[in-house]
Amino acid sequence: MKTKQDEQPAIVVSDITKSFRIPLEASSGIKQKLVNTLKGRKGYRKFTPLDDVSFTVNKGEFFGIVGRNGSGKSTLLKIIAGIYYPNHGDVVVNGKLVPFIELGVGFNPELTGRENIFLNGALLGFSRKEMIAMYEDIVGFAELHDFMEERLKNYSSGMQVRLAFSIAIRAKGDILLLDEVLAVGDEAFQRKCFNYFEQLKRQNKTVILVTHDMGSVERFCDRAVFINDGKIKLIGSPHKVAAAYSRNNDEAYNTEVVVENEKAISKSDIKIKLYDAVGKETNKFTSGETMTVRLKWSKKDVKHVGVAIFRQSGEYIFGPNTYLDGYKLHSGNEADYSVALNLGEGTYFIKAGIFGQNDNIRIDFEENGPEFIVSRDKDDLRWGGFTKLEHDWR
Amino acid sequence: MKLSNIFSRPNRILLRELVITDFKLRYQGSALGYAWSLLKPLFLFAIMYVVFGMLIKIGSVEHYAVYLLFGIVLWTFFAEATNQGLASIVSRGDILRKVSFPKYIIVLSTTISALVNLGLNLIIVFILMLINGVGFHFSAMMLPVYILEIYVLALGLAFFLSALNIKYRDTSHIWEIIMQAAFYATPIIYPLSVVMAKSDLATKLLLMNPVAQAVQGARYSLITNETITVDSLFKNGWYNLIPIGITVLIFIFGTLYFKKHSKHFAENI
Repeated sequence: MKTKQDEQPAIVVSDITKSFRIPLEASSGIKQKLVNTLKGRKGYRKFTPLDDVSFTVNKGEFFGIVGRNGSGKSTLLKIIAGIYYPNHGDVVVNGKLVPFIELGVGFNPELTGRENIFLNGALLGFSRKEMIAMYEDIVGFAELHDFMEERLKNYSSGMQVRLAFSIAIRAKGDILLLDEVLAVGDEAFQRKCFNYFEQLKRQNKTVILVTHDMGSVERFCDRAVFINDGKIKLIGSPHKVAAAYSRNNDEAYNTEVVVENEKAISKSDIKIKLYDAVGKETNKFTSGETMTVRLKWSKKDVKHVGVAIFRQSGEYIFGPNTYLDGYKLHSGNEADYSVALNLGEGTYFIKAGIFGQNDNIRIDFEENGPEFIVSRDKDDLRWGGFTKLEHDWR
Repeated sequence: MKLSNIFSRPNRILLRELVITDFKLRYQGSALGYAWSLLKPLFLFAIMYVVFGMLIKIGSVEHYAVYLLFGIVLWTFFAEATNQGLASIVSRGDILRKVSFPKYIIVLSTTISALVNLGLNLIIVFILMLINGVGFHFSAMMLPVYILEIYVLALGLAFFLSALNIKYRDTSHIWEIIMQAAFYATPIIYPLSVVMAKSDLATKLLLMNPVAQAVQGARYSLITNETITVDSLFKNGWYNLIPIGITVLIFIFGTLYFKKHSKHFAENI
């Protein structure tokens, strides 16, 4: 049953503008001030990382904020967290907010892990009693049982971040603000975090996630906003936002760095195109849909080909080739490969190779094939993981 | 900084935790630990006593040793509260950039730990009083009032200085010099009678300094009624209102200045 409080949005950001004065010379002294005043210089330049930004995050929503470095998303997060004050506009937060910003919550290196947990709890507004109740949970999640009596300066940086992150996500807050958490910890810990995100989603907790990883935006977020140059470019479904962000990155990449080198980047001459079940060229698929990969090449003496699917984050999903499958190519410069995409949502890409008599004789190989996005139908949300395996219950 | 919020539950919890942390960290890694908070004023006292009590005798006052130690302890409290208060916001910059919480709690916590230190030091003063055979008077009831006055002054200054220090890092150096001068401008090591012998007006002016007025008042109430205080010098207790007024004004100004600038601490540190 919904109460009135549930219907209140968790966060309302209205017309926020924030600008900073960046001192032109790195000095914060009276002398410089005096010199500047005498010379009639302002001594700073104005920098506006956020320009009239408004949006609402509902209770129980997993909300993503994406944008390139310096786009203003960290400033926005700090304003939501109440660390910065906007020059204009305001933020209303309903509920207890727990931030995780700049990979930490402000530790003191001279205190032990245990003492830091309690100090941090106090900073977040939890009493000693409340913290004692959460303590085991936090330490357990961070997997740092053996280190709690050691001073923080003896921790590795990864351990510090893990502890900070565990405090943030295990603290009993209503709204979680997570900035660049995917830089946290090793692979095992990341996997644990992802599992925990799933849990948070199920518990309908309000989470704001700032990240560069479009895979996790699409996987976890209900909605997302794309910020560029301090303005909202797009707000809406995570797929659209992720696509817009990737496009924007591509544009920047192409215009800024490699126009003439484009040939050098794509070393192979294998042309790869993706088609959906009805033969339309696309890079957007629904989980379970059949994708056809068409390879074309100009090199001679090609007897076998292989196509592999990778997740954007680098995991190798599946990759057969015609040699291993015992299939004989019909054409000397073209092949089609069809596969049912029983995959979880996310961004994937293709690698493809062409071979001679067997798959050890590699003629050419495309490391950076086209990317494609897999999304799920609303009624196909009953499983988790990278892929849907044939299964059966008894 | 709504008045009703100042001592709300989460703020009280944080204040307590910060004071505890302060104490844990203060002498961390030193063999004698907390004993240093007692030893430091004791050594200062020993030096001052040898120089000014035995070598160069300046003036004389009943129970000079206790009189001197008490003055040093009160001065140490004032210096500690202002110096550490001044540095408090900048030194906690790490936390300020990551969590939002009322900033004044940082300043409050450092001054409170100075206050706790004062409490410890006063125990030594009391012990020396017993050894010296200083009698107890009911006037000692006034002691908390004088300590409160010094505390309010120090807190107001700490608010102002900590905020100013974010804008201009020169503040700490300037304050160091001011404190050096103020140490000699306040009758800590010398009895006020020395100044009085030279100039009546200078004595009166010196006593308008709130620290001097409070230290002299505290000495009068605890140690000896030979102490020259505002009451005994002006023959009119109302003159006490001048240094008290200065204290209140500094406190109000410091608090308002801090409040005005505290919103931008996180981005300016």
